[in-house]
Amino acid sequence: MAERAQSLETDRRRLLAGAGGAALALGLGGRVALALVPGDRRLIVFVLRGALDGLSAVPPHGDRDYARVRGDLALAAPGRDGGMLDLDGFHGLHPALSPLMDLWRAGEMQILHATATPYRERSHFDAQNVLETGGDTPSGSADGWLNRAVALAGGSGLAGGLAVPLVLSGSAPVTTWAPQVMPLPDVTLLDQLAVLYGGDALLAPALEAARAATAVTGGGAMGMGKGAASLAPLVGGVARLMKAADGPRVATIDVQGFDTHTYQGTGNGRLARALAPLGAAIMQCRDELGAAVWGRTLVLAITEFGRTVAPNGTGGTDHGTAGVAFACGGALSAAKVHGQWPGLARDRLYQGRDLAPTTDLRALFMAVLTGHMGLPAAEVARRVFPEAAGLRPLDLILKA
Amino acid sequence: MTVESLVAAVRFGLGPKPGELRAGRDRAALKADLAPQPAAPRPKGVPATGAIVAAIREATRRGRERDVVNFLKNDAKDILVAEVAARTRRAVETDRPFHERLVQHWSNHFTVSLAKPIAAPLLGAFEREAILPHVTGRFVDLLRAASLHPAMMIYLDQATSIGPNSRAGRRRDLGLNENLAREMLELHTLGVDGGYGQDDVVQLARILTGWTVDREGAGNAGRFMSVLHEPGDKRLLGQRIAEAGPDEAEAAFRMLAAHPSTARNVAARLARHFVADDPPPATVERLARVFRDTDGDLRAVSGALVDEEAIWRQPLSKVKTPNDLVQSIFRLIRTVPEGTLMIGALKILGQQPFSAPSPKGWSDRATDWITPDALLRRIEMAQKAAARLGRYADGAVLLDAGLGAGATADLAAAVRRAGDRTTSVALVLASAEFQRR
Repeated sequence: MAERAQSLETDRRRLLAGAGGAALALGLGGRVALALVPGDRRLIVFVLRGALDGLSAVPPHGDRDYARVRGDLALAAPGRDGGMLDLDGFHGLHPALSPLMDLWRAGEMQILHATATPYRERSHFDAQNVLETGGDTPSGSADGWLNRAVALAGGSGLAGGLAVPLVLSGSAPVTTWAPQVMPLPDVTLLDQLAVLYGGDALLAPALEAARAATAVTGGGAMGMGKGAASLAPLVGGVARLMKAADGPRVATIDVQGFDTHTYQGTGNGRLARALAPLGAAIMQCRDELGAAVWGRTLVLAITEFGRTVAPNGTGGTDHGTAGVAFACGGALSAAKVHGQWPGLARDRLYQGRDLAPTTDLRALFMAVLTGHMGLPAAEVARRVFPEAAGLRPLDLILKA
Repeated sequence: MTVESLVAAVRFGLGPKPGELRAGRDRAALKADLAPQPAAPRPKGVPATGAIVAAIREATRRGRERDVVNFLKNDAKDILVAEVAARTRRAVETDRPFHERLVQHWSNHFTVSLAKPIAAPLLGAFEREAILPHVTGRFVDLLRAASLHPAMMIYLDQATSIGPNSRAGRRRDLGLNENLAREMLELHTLGVDGGYGQDDVVQLARILTGWTVDREGAGNAGRFMSVLHEPGDKRLLGQRIAEAGPDEAEAAFRMLAAHPSTARNVAARLARHFVADDPPPATVERLARVFRDTDGDLRAVSGALVDEEAIWRQPLSKVKTPNDLVQSIFRLIRTVPEGTLMIGALKILGQQPFSAPSPKGWSDRATDWITPDALLRRIEMAQKAAARLGRYADGAVLLDAGLGAGATADLAAAVRRAGDRTTSVALVLASAEFQRR
């Protein structure tokens, strides 16, 4: 509270000093009015944990070095049996993601390649910290950039699953939802516990949020399993909550299983088995949200880093640097692969082993928050990504 | 019945059995839990580790998915269920609960997981053979046993990592896998900011080559095969490790165990588990100093935990993990559950045994466990357990035996007022006090 009051006070003083007066006035006005913006936008973020191999998900078949450097992990050319699907004559799409071709053809998918956060080491956990806090280093802020965006936009966030991921953690209100596995406890017990939890700062708000969420989704007797099967009920519940006019605007869904050190495979294999449910889940978002809400929705799929260009000794890939990010949704108005392609020749690789990063991943996040969610650019730069000062948002092609 | 006995039972132990609070276990009793004891025999229904390795090899030999699925659905599953049953029995029955909590802590520090399904039948053996015998011994022995156990070598791909210039590597164009080396540095020893670089990861991976699971399935430990070992000298953390075959790994284990960053990392994780989600830096420093001064003597480090005043001053300040919660319920009602029941309950609560999502292990932070949906599931389970106990349990009795001086007056009053026994039990098990340790 004190922090917010202080930042408003800072705003007021800068405004009086005339520093960028017009933009700031807009920023301040936006801040107050945003929660009331009509036609409110939706954002669903899939966090792909374990580091998705961008060179397999969106293989650059037009790069003359691709087949050679990828060896056994190179996907067959477009049109071949089990081969990749062509996107733009240079990039392809992993065959396990084939349902997404519908979106590509409809101008509802854009991809950012050769992208990375500012993190340049290779620890999953530190890299996820950077991905989720939006800072420059793992030990930066303790809250997530998406939560800071929710704080700016007003409303609340929704974490699909049993826990709130770091990207959505922070001072703005967030609730969780996961498919029920048992009938709900009886109401009287819950009422009694609500009283007993009374002053408990951890349990009381959790119970209150759980009861509120359950009233909307109506429970539904579906199990939380692992891997592919578990995504459908989770995505269904999240989409139904977001479809409501006063529902959460922003949601996250964690997906595991991308740390393909072994038996990564090409058309089949461990990576294909991880990608197929992801493609299905994105299409399920479209179907469950319905045309009207989908038209105001963007779905991101992001990961902590890419993987090594060359296969390792065990049919997989090790931790690398640059990778790929997906943006899908009816809010887009063209199909495009963004990013500057760094090449796969040995002297073009980062440290001689990884795809070199050419675009800061936060440029995509900034474009989504400003262009899609309609948050004022100056506020996004200052409050959501203060460590990315000067970074230009990606030129996502959005519907007017 | 004092608050001190509650802290001893829930923070250091696994929750009180009936009578445990009244017995008033104190600091001396906790330290007595650390005395060496003979290892428990292999659980019923679990073959020797070597035989399990041989069975895994047989199931994967022809590279047919059908064989693997068949193995995982039958033999491997049966073994895992038997291991979970045995582990739960140890937790529910032990009279040295501090020792058992240390086993569970170290098992999480050196995580192996069902996330790699083929490792499933070895996960219980890992805890019994690589972790349990060493939790009050020297850290270097624990590190060696954990790193070279077949479960770890399969889970983190060491079993298939091959020196590119080894005889096998040259012949078959096979190579290194950095997975175990990286997690050993990042998670098991130095910690992520412990002062190592990408080159140290590669060097350690080269040092470890040759260590693999025994193809004939003989014995429990890993086996060194020189045909897989990367030849030549290595350089780890600025120090030269001369070509010495299997002894290179031993030199690396000793170097890492003696490194001050390891002392700090081990101390920080222990402090988070036993003291607070964000433990005081002074506590971490004290534990790290004991670790350094005693050359990684884990009995001394665990004893130093008992002497940490912060723990005794703040009872019930940690949240139970689902595993803590379920174990504490079964200890309180003196029932050893079937393995499948334990697995089912913990799956619903988000902590299926031996299935940590990553090598980092399960979280030790309250905010990762108490989310709206997770809390609802805890309450559902409390109600279900209460319904099953029916007339065999009484909330007031469980409250006295399970929380003693830790129960608030409001909770005691609500339990007394409850309209039926099932509700009175559910109120105790779902209470804020019982969710904490």
